[in-house]
Amino acid sequence: MTTPVLFDVPGPRARARIRIGTVVGALLVLAIVAFVLVRLGGNGQLEGQRWAVLFDPNTNVPQRLFEALLRTLRVALVAMVIATALGLLLAVARLSDHRWLRLPVSAVIEFFRAIPLLVVIFALYFVLPGFGIRLSTYAALTAGLVLYNMAVIAEIVRAGILSVDRGQRDAALAVGMRKSQVMSLVLLPQAVRRMLPILIAQLVVLLKDSSLGFIIGYFELLRQARSLVEYFTPRFGNDYTFQLYVAAALMYIVVNVLLSQLAKLVERRTRRNARTAAAAAPALLDDGSSTGGQVV
Amino acid sequence: MQFFSDNLPLLRDAFLTTLGLSLLSGLLALVLGTLLAAMRVSPVPPLRGLATFYVETFRNTPLTVVFFFIIFGLPQIDFVVSFFVGAVVSVGMYTAAFVAEALRSGINAVGPGQAEAARAIGLTFGQSLREVVLPQAFRTVVPPLGNVWIAMVKNTSIAAGFATTELAATLPRLANANAGDILLILLAVVVGYMLITVPSAYGIHHIERRVAILR
Repeated sequence: MTTPVLFDVPGPRARARIRIGTVVGALLVLAIVAFVLVRLGGNGQLEGQRWAVLFDPNTNVPQRLFEALLRTLRVALVAMVIATALGLLLAVARLSDHRWLRLPVSAVIEFFRAIPLLVVIFALYFVLPGFGIRLSTYAALTAGLVLYNMAVIAEIVRAGILSVDRGQRDAALAVGMRKSQVMSLVLLPQAVRRMLPILIAQLVVLLKDSSLGFIIGYFELLRQARSLVEYFTPRFGNDYTFQLYVAAALMYIVVNVLLSQLAKLVERRTRRNARTAAAAAPALLDDGSSTGGQVV
Repeated sequence: MQFFSDNLPLLRDAFLTTLGLSLLSGLLALVLGTLLAAMRVSPVPPLRGLATFYVETFRNTPLTVVFFFIIFGLPQIDFVVSFFVGAVVSVGMYTAAFVAEALRSGINAVGPGQAEAARAIGLTFGQSLREVVLPQAFRTVVPPLGNVWIAMVKNTSIAAGFATTELAATLPRLANANAGDILLILLAVVVGYMLITVPSAYGIHHIERRVAILR
């Protein structure tokens, strides 16, 4: 919670006003909840039998959703590992002393940060076949996530490397290390350690973005929910539509909140560490949206 | 070049759809996000709770899922909206959470002395927020809000998956019909987005320099 700089420690009259505000606010919240529940109830969306389908193994629904969650997590994990590796390379290359290396790498990074991820995925899935390369939906989605996120991660890591104290580099050079040794033994380990919370936060973004697989037809969580809906509709109409989407959304939210908590935990632990505490990680890229990150 | 003369109207309309979608969602996100930020710093606990719940939920839900609820979920409770309006609402509501977060950090960055001084001369919570704190907060958060805006412009591409013919949606559509000009199509779409994002980035930079507060 933010520190209340905007209002004083309330006196009796302010307390009375806040109490009134609390009651009105609570009524407002209740009214919203009640409105939604009444609308849902009026359409029979709250019947227990409609929700039971989510937990009844005989319908195969829980298994299917769980498998789809695993597929979503697999895409995200594979993409994250490859994107991190490539991102590290690109970050180092962008900081290179050699102009012929620095300029093209900068161009690649800026390009992939400037266009929507969905366009990258579409390009891989619809444009590459024109050149005889046909990717599966899984490969197109993963490759799109890798290309986009390697650019974002490269910028995160670059910010991390630049935030390492200059003296570290000078000292490493002074004891006779080569430039590559300075980078791999001194700068990168500190940068990655410092950037770990942001990297984990980026995993949340990546996981959310894997839902774009739905649009090209990869069977991730959302597509699975949609397919179950389509499977049920001929027999039961819209009976389970709402419930299945709610289930998919809740699965995303739970996994993402857990990841965010992990990021916070790691951040606290690195803060406690005296060596990394000196410079808090710059608050970079936490706009968390699927195409987060700065352009230009 | 035959390709461009044939498809120019489609590409132009798609570009205008992306632009309109961005502007309308941006407006919705700004209004709703400001409201949410004000609720999060208000002295009234239920409003704080509601805003926190909103922000955390939307930040942890994929935009695609938000689209699902607006496009396919709302009809379940008897609201039917067109695909375009649905896209504006989805992108706007999603982005509002990020606007609120950016603004809240801006509000926290306003010196406590400012709020104290506002209270000392007898302004109420609403007045000090409106007249003293928010104007300064907005000026501080121009860069992060700019990032949110650019991310949002790119996010509007997801409407392609929900029957809105904006820029990204033209890619698969034209790719099937004009296999030979496929790179041109890709180029046109990419340039279309850059026509919005690159000038935006310069504009944001310009505004940032003009309104920056030296502390």
